[in-house]
Amino acid sequence: MTHIGATTEMVVPVDLSLAEARRLLDKRELSAVELAEAHIARIEQVEPVVQAFITPMFEQAREMAAAADETIAAGEARPMTGIPVGLKDIFCTVDAPTTAASKILAGYRSPYDGTVVERLRADKAVFVGKLNTDEFAMGSSTENSAFFTTRNPWDPTRVPGGSSGGSAAAVAAGQAIATLGSDTGGSIRQPAGFCGVVGLKPTYGRVSRFGLIAFASSLDQIGPFTRSVEDCAMILGAIAGHDPRDSTSAPLPVPDYAAGLTGSVRGMRIGIAREFSAVEGMEPGVQAACEAAYETFAKLGATLVPVELPYSKYALPTYYITAPAEASANLARYDGVKYGLSSEAETLLETYLRTRGEGFGPEVKRRIMLGTYSLASGYYDAYYVKAQKVRTLIKRDFDRAFEQVDVILAPTSPTVAFPIGARTDDPLQMYLADIFTIPANMAGLPGIAIPCGFSDGLPVSLQIIGRAFDEATVLRAAHAYEQASGWHTYRPDIARLVAR
Amino acid sequence: MDFETIIGLELHAQVLTHSKMYCGCSASYSDAPPNTHVCPVCLGLPGVLPVINRAAVEKTVMTGIALNCSIPRYNKFDRKNYMYPDLMKGYQVSQYDLPIAVNGYVDVDVNGREVRVGITRVHLEEDTARLTHRSGVDGERSLVDVNRSGVPLMEIVSEPDMHSPEEAREFLIAVRRILRYIGASSGNMEEGAFRCDANVSQRSTDGSIIGPKVEIKNMNSFRSVERALEYEVARQRAALRNGETLVQETRGWLEDRAITVGQRSKEYAHDYRYFPEPDLPPVLLDEGFLAAVESRMPELPRVRQRRLREQYGLSHADAALLADEKAVADYYEAAVTAAGGHAREIAHWVTGELFAIARNRSELGEVGIPPTSLAEIVSMVVAGEVNALTGKELLTTLAGSDVSPRAYVAQHGLAQVRDADAVREVVLEVLAANPDAVADYRSGKKAAIGYLIGQGMRRMKGAGNPDALRRTMTDILDNDSSS
Ligand SMILES: [Zn+2]
Repeated sequence: MTHIGATTEMVVPVDLSLAEARRLLDKRELSAVELAEAHIARIEQVEPVVQAFITPMFEQAREMAAAADETIAAGEARPMTGIPVGLKDIFCTVDAPTTAASKILAGYRSPYDGTVVERLRADKAVFVGKLNTDEFAMGSSTENSAFFTTRNPWDPTRVPGGSSGGSAAAVAAGQAIATLGSDTGGSIRQPAGFCGVVGLKPTYGRVSRFGLIAFASSLDQIGPFTRSVEDCAMILGAIAGHDPRDSTSAPLPVPDYAAGLTGSVRGMRIGIAREFSAVEGMEPGVQAACEAAYETFAKLGATLVPVELPYSKYALPTYYITAPAEASANLARYDGVKYGLSSEAETLLETYLRTRGEGFGPEVKRRIMLGTYSLASGYYDAYYVKAQKVRTLIKRDFDRAFEQVDVILAPTSPTVAFPIGARTDDPLQMYLADIFTIPANMAGLPGIAIPCGFSDGLPVSLQIIGRAFDEATVLRAAHAYEQASGWHTYRPDIARLVAR
Repeated sequence: MDFETIIGLELHAQVLTHSKMYCGCSASYSDAPPNTHVCPVCLGLPGVLPVINRAAVEKTVMTGIALNCSIPRYNKFDRKNYMYPDLMKGYQVSQYDLPIAVNGYVDVDVNGREVRVGITRVHLEEDTARLTHRSGVDGERSLVDVNRSGVPLMEIVSEPDMHSPEEAREFLIAVRRILRYIGASSGNMEEGAFRCDANVSQRSTDGSIIGPKVEIKNMNSFRSVERALEYEVARQRAALRNGETLVQETRGWLEDRAITVGQRSKEYAHDYRYFPEPDLPPVLLDEGFLAAVESRMPELPRVRQRRLREQYGLSHADAALLADEKAVADYYEAAVTAAGGHAREIAHWVTGELFAIARNRSELGEVGIPPTSLAEIVSMVVAGEVNALTGKELLTTLAGSDVSPRAYVAQHGLAQVRDADAVREVVLEVLAANPDAVADYRSGKKAAIGYLIGQGMRRMKGAGNPDALRRTMTDILDNDSSS
């Protein structure tokens, strides 16, 4: 591993944080074109090993960078102007295919840009490509991608996590300064943790979902991957805010997140929940790193408070009723009639069966079946309705806890990145990777994953969960810890990675 | 054995709004080429989200109020799941257990009898795309026109309170009239903007036999609803009397053969797997919103009909004709107001002359005679300033112009000449110029007077009063044999 110290003299564009790049771009010491070219070169260098990109967008990136330089020259730069950004391939874009890593959408072109894409485009960010994910964001490793598995830049024999594994790996390997992913049950935080980067799932409703290919509509939320908390605050400010095209987006003002990073947690009350420690399969190295992180908060002047979240243990089963139910409806539109894969057949029913049979992978089919079953007449009350009741109880747990504390700490995942193939034969084991991240989705709360050490040479991640729409406090706590611990300055050894 | 018929209706009405239910596309597509009123949302493309059309909610609330329903403060949308090429998302965003309006009724006049039909619920959903099936050299093809996809659609479900096809037809007409009055729907059945399915069953009056419920579809006019139900009632009764087994099924009405036929029975009942639409928060209707909608409610047809009768002394028939369409009733009352009276005469002119000219009763405005002009014409006729024939001619002559009838009459000398000397002068001229007709009349062919009056009217260029001419002529012809 490489430690990028504060004393690094030479400017290496692919090692820059967003904040540093912004400063250099604005001072005209670095052009957006140079920054884009450096990232394109890095992508070409590491991509044969990492395989984070479904569709690189080099031509578009060069044009966008040139346009960004004009905007900067005109003195109209915004925080994201000229910044190389990668997009999970589940965001609709007009200038590159949008596949959701599924055969059923291979080559599909969206006629419109989603809201976050539109906002970043308006700010003259530079799109470097569309990133790998588990098919329709269903998975925890990118092994469910219909195209290929992305590799963890820290150890290419291991998964990057998922579903937004391509987005996490790309930031870790210096292929983009920031990327966007989506988090339905941990799909931003878990891969951010596995790849040793910062990943934020904002409050449900904070960022518009318009143009995000839906997996589970009541849980999906868009968020960023970055190399630092400050970077995360900057890009969140650019993508957050009400959107009239998404009725579930909140009509609330967006605070200046970067300005709120005081570096202090003094006086902050921080919850530690028993439910987030002693679970089966928790690795001792992860437990140790997280406990050390809790201690750091105490040393920084925060008060650690035990809180109880008794219903959190039901979050995982509740999630596996709710998310597949919504997915079974969301994926009904892929029928071979209008767009995407269409398998020739004699009858309408045959067209449906063959297109969906050939177009969807096994995990997607499994979840469509689960969801269809739990919504079926005679089962609906026992499964779907009951899950919604439990969801309310999970929320109530958090409401009660947040009467006492400002944020809650937890491990992001019970383990570090696991070897490719280790869990593909056991879906239930795979589902356990999200055991600590799912509660925040079920309660709609913001959660951030930040590096908090290493176990066996692989990154360990700390999760900070906050009150609804209080990303500012979550970011402030994360930033203070990051500045004090410095874990975010460690990067995978790229030379060794490509030498393999 | 005697049977009682039990009928319940399920109506679908496209809601009259500018835009579609969940996107900004125009909802008026009837003259548009296929697939021109579409966007990513109503095409159901990946990544899109619905946004509720507020105007559609308002019009559905108005409908609920007009149908005497209670309007719960809270309603929500649900996904109804089924796959078919006319359904872009593979589910329809509809309302399942918490609709906009519940528990209402409509009072319907059936041959002078008042029948109260309960309304179970009114909910809002989206229309589907339109499929057309074609066969050509390249085989069978189904074409999809997405223009209709996402058009707001209101579903009105009645209680099984109707006991004859006639009651069902009158209920349908009454609901349509209400929807048109409040501007919630065009109610056009032929264009498919208003659709009706029926559930029909039989029950023996002694209660010993209860026949199964049969659903009838494919009825595309008021007439076909009545005919299909008449056929079905007869079919069910005959079967029950002959001891045949009737099955619960869906039957389609075949207009050209005038029969209903069983539709391919489904192997299993549809399970729509309804669940709350996660992309739309529940709708809360606050007091202010409901009060605002209430305040915009127009007078409803039955109330207006009664008021027309009482306020203007109209016959039941005239009041019913005038109150059938809000536009007609509005026109009528505007004309009466402008004329400052002549309520009954104006009623006759509207239901007689104007209805004869108008292509469509609901489009009286298109005749081009503002109510103020009709008021002037009727006032002049009543006062004897012009004759009725001239009045009628004025309607066509002045249609679409902005000349006032009074000014036109003055300008063209059309005022009725009532001066007895002037009339007598014309009569003498006519009699002198038409000796053959005069001879015919005197020899007993009294009909010849019609020709002579016509000649007189011609000479007076429309300003003549045919009654005055006739009187003067018979006076001279019958009494003054010297001329
Ligand atoms: Zn549309």
